[in-house]
Amino acid sequence: MSVIVLTVNGRKHRLNIDPATPLLYVLRNQLALNGPKFGCGMQQCGACMVLIDGKAQYSCTMPVSLVEKKSVITLEGLASAEDVLHPVQQSFLDEQAAQCGYCLNGMVISAVSLLNTSTHLDDLTIRKGMQHVLCRCGSQARVLRAIKRAASASDK
Amino acid sequence: MLQINNTMKTSRRNFIKSAGSLTVLFSLDHTGLLASVTAGQDPELPGILRRTPAVSAWLEVLADGSVRVFTGKVEQGQGLCGAIAQVTAEELDLKVSQVEVVIADTRRTPNEGFTGASSSTENSVLSVRYAAAAARRELMDLAAVALGVPSETLKMLDGKILQKSGGHPLSFFELLDGRKLKSEVRLPLHLKPKEQYRISGKAVPREDFKRMIIGGEMYIQDLRFPGMVHARTVSPPAYDARLLSFDETGLRKAVPVLKTIRDGSFLAVICEDEFQAVKAQRHLAQQVKWSVLQHKSTSLPVPELLKSLTVASSKVKTAPVPFPEGIPAIRSSYYKPYVMHGAIAPSCAVARYADGLLEIWTHSQGAYPLRDTISDLLKIPAAQIQVTCLRGSGCYGHNGADDAAAEAALIAMAFPGRHVRLQWSREQEHAWEPYGTAMYMELEAILEKNGRISHFRNSIWSDTHYIRGNPGYLNVAVLRDAPFERKKNPSGSGGYRNADLYYTVQNQTVTANFFNGPLRTSNLRSLGSYANLFAVESFMDELSDHAKIEPFDFRIMHLEDQRAIEVLDKLKHKVAGLPKQKNTGMGIAFCRYKNSAAYIAVAAQVKVHPSTFKITLIKLWAVIDAGEIISPDSVVNQIEGGMIQAASWTLFEKVGFEQQTVQSRTWTSYPIIRFNDVPEVEVEIISRPNEKLQGVGEIAMCVTPGAIVNAIAIACGQRIRNLPVGDQLSIKNR
Ligand code: FES
Ligand code: FES
Repeated sequence: MSVIVLTVNGRKHRLNIDPATPLLYVLRNQLALNGPKFGCGMQQCGACMVLIDGKAQYSCTMPVSLVEKKSVITLEGLASAEDVLHPVQQSFLDEQAAQCGYCLNGMVISAVSLLNTSTHLDDLTIRKGMQHVLCRCGSQARVLRAIKRAASASDK
Repeated sequence: MLQINNTMKTSRRNFIKSAGSLTVLFSLDHTGLLASVTAGQDPELPGILRRTPAVSAWLEVLADGSVRVFTGKVEQGQGLCGAIAQVTAEELDLKVSQVEVVIADTRRTPNEGFTGASSSTENSVLSVRYAAAAARRELMDLAAVALGVPSETLKMLDGKILQKSGGHPLSFFELLDGRKLKSEVRLPLHLKPKEQYRISGKAVPREDFKRMIIGGEMYIQDLRFPGMVHARTVSPPAYDARLLSFDETGLRKAVPVLKTIRDGSFLAVICEDEFQAVKAQRHLAQQVKWSVLQHKSTSLPVPELLKSLTVASSKVKTAPVPFPEGIPAIRSSYYKPYVMHGAIAPSCAVARYADGLLEIWTHSQGAYPLRDTISDLLKIPAAQIQVTCLRGSGCYGHNGADDAAAEAALIAMAFPGRHVRLQWSREQEHAWEPYGTAMYMELEAILEKNGRISHFRNSIWSDTHYIRGNPGYLNVAVLRDAPFERKKNPSGSGGYRNADLYYTVQNQTVTANFFNGPLRTSNLRSLGSYANLFAVESFMDELSDHAKIEPFDFRIMHLEDQRAIEVLDKLKHKVAGLPKQKNTGMGIAFCRYKNSAAYIAVAAQVKVHPSTFKITLIKLWAVIDAGEIISPDSVVNQIEGGMIQAASWTLFEKVGFEQQTVQSRTWTSYPIIRFNDVPEVEVEIISRPNEKLQGVGEIAMCVTPGAIVNAIAIACGQRIRNLPVGDQLSIKNR
């Protein structure tokens, strides 16, 4: 056990914890967040994505000790206020881009990261950037539309 | 700086409070399932209403003026709760946001069995509609007495009743003065006329979406109780492996463990912290000793192996004129492998045993049947078990949910007093869920000179599509010291669903053969229709080739039903303008689901690379006719999603196994579709407001495989008869 200081969604948390604990468990159990989801625990499905210093990363295999001094943003931390969604969240809402919604966290976080890092997003770039996120309900067509909508909004 | 210590802390007590009674505001933006409801003349009450006529069993008025509805079914993305909220709001003139829907919970909702076929779901919606109508009558009568005016002069608005001419409104809650509704649902009952609908038939954005998109509490996985502990199980390497020994001392040296539980070959561990439980699980997996039976290896390829395990046969359809032997017939056989539900979330459950009461939270398809099974399994009276259903991730049938729930219950019984959360690993879900069965189909036909099919014969082989019943269907039940026998009954109508032709062919013979296969199987989206229509619609293209009639015309000349012809005509029109491209093919398929429900025709455009044989699925088009459409976008969503899921099954999916051991244990060894392979999708709906509404959840599964393999055959001249498509083309040509 050691003391770890984490910055999640802009707030600092001091935890006494096994430093090898995957970040996902810390977010879900110690911090009671629901955005990041458990899907495989082996970097195969993207359900657990979080933004670490603005980039989408798997939280299911990331030891919590490695994110000290970094900024972690989860799905809960994207919206700027209660009723103001992040533009990517808004475009997913507008396109109703989900069925069961379990994959939504990985989809939205990855799309935000993609928009953060690329200036021009065409269909192929989006697909490549989203390749690591699985959806069983077949919502991908809607997700592609949602990301294109968000991308064109940010172009303006 | 906020300080949080290692014990779980959550500010969201509300979810816990209500997840004891999780109430969820559900969407309306789903296929309505309301068609039968609109039949106000329906003289028969659904059976469940005759057994549970008390309105208070279905509806409750809350202090804030909203109404809570109880359904014994669960929401699986089929739009049940949206439809229920919609009919309630319609009948009681409420805002949709004033209706709260509680799903299957043995403490609170009626017993409506498992949530399965769309027809049973329609009955559930209908029941609530009748209950709401009865509640309306009771509330109106109360208001008439309170205001001293005839009820005809009153109107309802947003949870209140007032005189049509205006005046002081009385709220539902005031009228009841804290009492429950006391009437019973009895015929005759006045339902709101369809012409006066203001909610049904309108697309309302899903209420639940906003909560989903910000990471609100929603799923079984989000359930947290104070003092909750974490359990993991250690699964055998094969169905028939048995636990010999494990080293508890070694385990306890490595990980702080609260308790290990062994019952026969069932092994579980409980820890205070989730990561400790994961470490304990890994430690045990490394050191546990299992016995594995040595089977004689067989050289039979899988279809023959399965056929060799046939235990029963039945005649599904017998032609008036038997299939003529001795005349040249056209024959083809097709194979569909075992396929996974493959939910993105591995199964999960929470249980607590305290003061003689066993509480279980699950994402199973039904609260009461699971309670009764667990009662049999653990030999405690059903009255001492409470089961609450919560949402899981989309699973499309019977996955590991029931297993996880039963295992959590068993673990909680051995560790009384605290909530125990059991989370399956990805590997456990892959290796231990009940799969959609493999199937094998042999089709034969004789064509007349004019190209018409004169005789058709189909022999299919299938394992069961429904394994629930005796507790032996659960993994844990066969692993324990006093095991239940797994009584599998492979026969059942699911296997031969859509094995006979909807096309007009006088002489049809269909035989269903049932095998007792090596893997545990149960219901998966569309049951046997996926495999049967893959075969039938592939065969139709093969026959059209022989008849030298193009595929659209060949199908249409065998159809009499105008609605069937119209979906094909519309589809033909849609794809008519596609430019011909090299190495590219356009294939089609059609069905009427169950030969009695919704209609769908799908076209697939596929490109096959001439040297690498890499297949690119460019686009899928669907035209559907599901009668009355309540919420168009929800229907489109389900068809789009269904086509993409079916494309995944068809192109990539196959459960690998060797004897009793499943080899597909991760998303690498069991790949499903990813973004690079997702086709463009386009859906057109033919709306028929006066026809009965039909469920659309399963129909896209049935026609997508046929359209894809037909397109491949046109693109490169090679016919795929064994699924998945995978890389067969390249292999053949090397
Ligand atoms: S849970 Fe992290 S990638 Fe699947
Ligand atoms: S919407 Fe269900 S997994 Fe993507």
